[in-house]
Amino acid sequence: MITLMTLGALLLYALSLALYLSYLYANKPWIGRFASLCLLGGLLLNFFSLLNRARLLQSVPYQDLYGSMSLFAWFLGLTYLGLEIVHRQRSVGPFVLPFVLLLFVIAEYAPVSPLAPPSGRGSLFALHVTLSILAYSAFAISFVLSLIYLIQNHVLRGRKPGATFWNYPSLQTLDRMSRSSVLMGIVALSIGIAAGFVSVYRVRGQVWEGDPKEIWSLLIFATYGSYLWLARTTAWRGARASYLSVVNFLFVLFSYTVVNLFLSHYHRYF
Amino acid sequence: MNSSDFQTHLVLAGLSHRTASIELRELVAFDTPRAKRVTQELRAQGVVSEILVLSTCNRVEVYAVLNDSQMAGTQWMDSCFAGLHDGPCDGIGNHLYHYQGSGVCRHLFQVVASLDSQFLGEVEIQGQVRHAYLQAASNGTTGPILNRLFQAALEVGKRVRAETGISRRPVSVAFAGVKLGESIFGNLRSSCALILGAGSVAEQVARHLSERAISRLLIANRTHEHAVQLSKRLDGEVVDWADLQNMWAVPDLIICAAASSQRVVSRAAIQEAMATRENRSLFLMDLATPRNVDPSVSSLYNVYLYDIDDLEQIVEENRKARASEVPRVEALIHQHVSKFEVWQWAAGVASSWATLRLDEKTKLIEQRASDLFPNSPEARQQWIRRATALVHSEHYAHSRDLSAPVALSPEKSRIMRHLLGPTGEGM
Repeated sequence: MITLMTLGALLLYALSLALYLSYLYANKPWIGRFASLCLLGGLLLNFFSLLNRARLLQSVPYQDLYGSMSLFAWFLGLTYLGLEIVHRQRSVGPFVLPFVLLLFVIAEYAPVSPLAPPSGRGSLFALHVTLSILAYSAFAISFVLSLIYLIQNHVLRGRKPGATFWNYPSLQTLDRMSRSSVLMGIVALSIGIAAGFVSVYRVRGQVWEGDPKEIWSLLIFATYGSYLWLARTTAWRGARASYLSVVNFLFVLFSYTVVNLFLSHYHRYF
Repeated sequence: MNSSDFQTHLVLAGLSHRTASIELRELVAFDTPRAKRVTQELRAQGVVSEILVLSTCNRVEVYAVLNDSQMAGTQWMDSCFAGLHDGPCDGIGNHLYHYQGSGVCRHLFQVVASLDSQFLGEVEIQGQVRHAYLQAASNGTTGPILNRLFQAALEVGKRVRAETGISRRPVSVAFAGVKLGESIFGNLRSSCALILGAGSVAEQVARHLSERAISRLLIANRTHEHAVQLSKRLDGEVVDWADLQNMWAVPDLIICAAASSQRVVSRAAIQEAMATRENRSLFLMDLATPRNVDPSVSSLYNVYLYDIDDLEQIVEENRKARASEVPRVEALIHQHVSKFEVWQWAAGVASSWATLRLDEKTKLIEQRASDLFPNSPEARQQWIRRATALVHSEHYAHSRDLSAPVALSPEKSRIMRHLLGPTGEGM
């Protein structure tokens, strides 16, 4: 059901994307500031929309695919906005906002509860899910940044920069932002996984159940940990690390889709 | 002064890089104190009510508002132009161009938009026009027309640079190279650059780097003294040519512009440097012919090499991109010229409007409304309300200060036009 708040969030996200694109082309600071404000507005409406829905359903947002995806979109936008403020770099916005918008729109058309909701309850479980989705969104941002890095690197090496090339963020900025994003994701994932193990222990009396999702989460943790380490070494610094980040995100996508829906015994939409 | 007067009163005479050689431009150029003295003297003679001199390295132009529209403005400007200078200015008339009324307006807008500049899209002209205007305004030689004209011109310049791509993308090899460096390292405040050579090309790049507050600027040249001189000018550090082999790992940017028949930078040297730098990115700009850098360096990981041909090609594409923006700039200029003409016309109308009594204005408004909207009482009443409010505000503004300059908003101008213009214009 599309509420007024959802519609408002959708419009603000779309406006923010248009403004970010315009900023990339025109490079006018006031357009960039307005784009960030629209994103902030969209995030606020998205948050209240999720909160409202959770109150009405007497349930957490990630009880179904809609809530999970909408929360993912929210975290993606929020993580990006945080990175934008820390690194003072708005040129990445046009590449991240399409994903935020897409996730938000797909969530509206998601089927209603095709699978049974997860059995977990309590604040520790909520922390586990929330931080896991936050980690995925941070990894998604790193994926986008790495893709831009690879394109930018390709253009620079080809020695034929095009029209908008001059407004793209620098390679060094992209690299730094990508590492910050992954660092944030790793921290969130570590706490999230720990909270998950404790939750499982409380419900089932044992920490390790060998669920495919648990195995994949640890694998993702290991691959992104490797990225953080390798991205600063002589052999991997630069484009190679960006390739690694892109490949790592394919693992995340697999874990978020196939593993969640078809392989895991008790994980669903996160 | 009415609108037709404006077409003859506002005049311009000048010469530019298109019509005169550098020698002649140097001869007629004004410095600020001289421009002040000359313009004040001319104004005191009573021939002109407003006057302004725009003198840059590419042009010298005199903008004036004549007191007497009957006089031959062009001839006066020519004789005035020749008489302004102490040196021999014989035949200067052959190099002068003239504009009147709207032509002056269009020309100034083209100048400020850089369409008349040697380098399309250059930004310095905006500052030069602003400086000339502020100087003339502070000298008291401008009035309502030149104030409005130059304020409009500065707005045009600002809009052109903000809304079109005419000033985007670098069009000099040195600047394009520095911008490429920025697209690798971001701002260069924490980067180090090494310049090989101390000639004009090397200095050009070094200046751009210095303006960007680069952290360290190292300069090496075969003739040590030249490197020392350049480093003094740009606050750099001198590196001995013989020590270069130990220096390759230090800089993030290497700018090569040394005259040398042999390669100065070998692949092996950069390979070794990259190992020492732990593969941190390295940008090499080879501006020399013959090239200083072994071309195979470009295949090394995280090394970006651009030679003079690469940079020339980028600059050429950027120039074409700027040129393709000219129609958009022209459209913007056309819009502002029309706006200026309307302002000039409305200002003339408003001055006669102010002589009417309030009740006469109200009566005129009602008559005019009946003419404009004979079959629509609702539209007529709405129009009367808006026009009456406008006229009242104008009337009291004039009662307070009759000497105040008349500045009409576009909406006010439109209503004035309906009131005093021919019938049949709809709102």
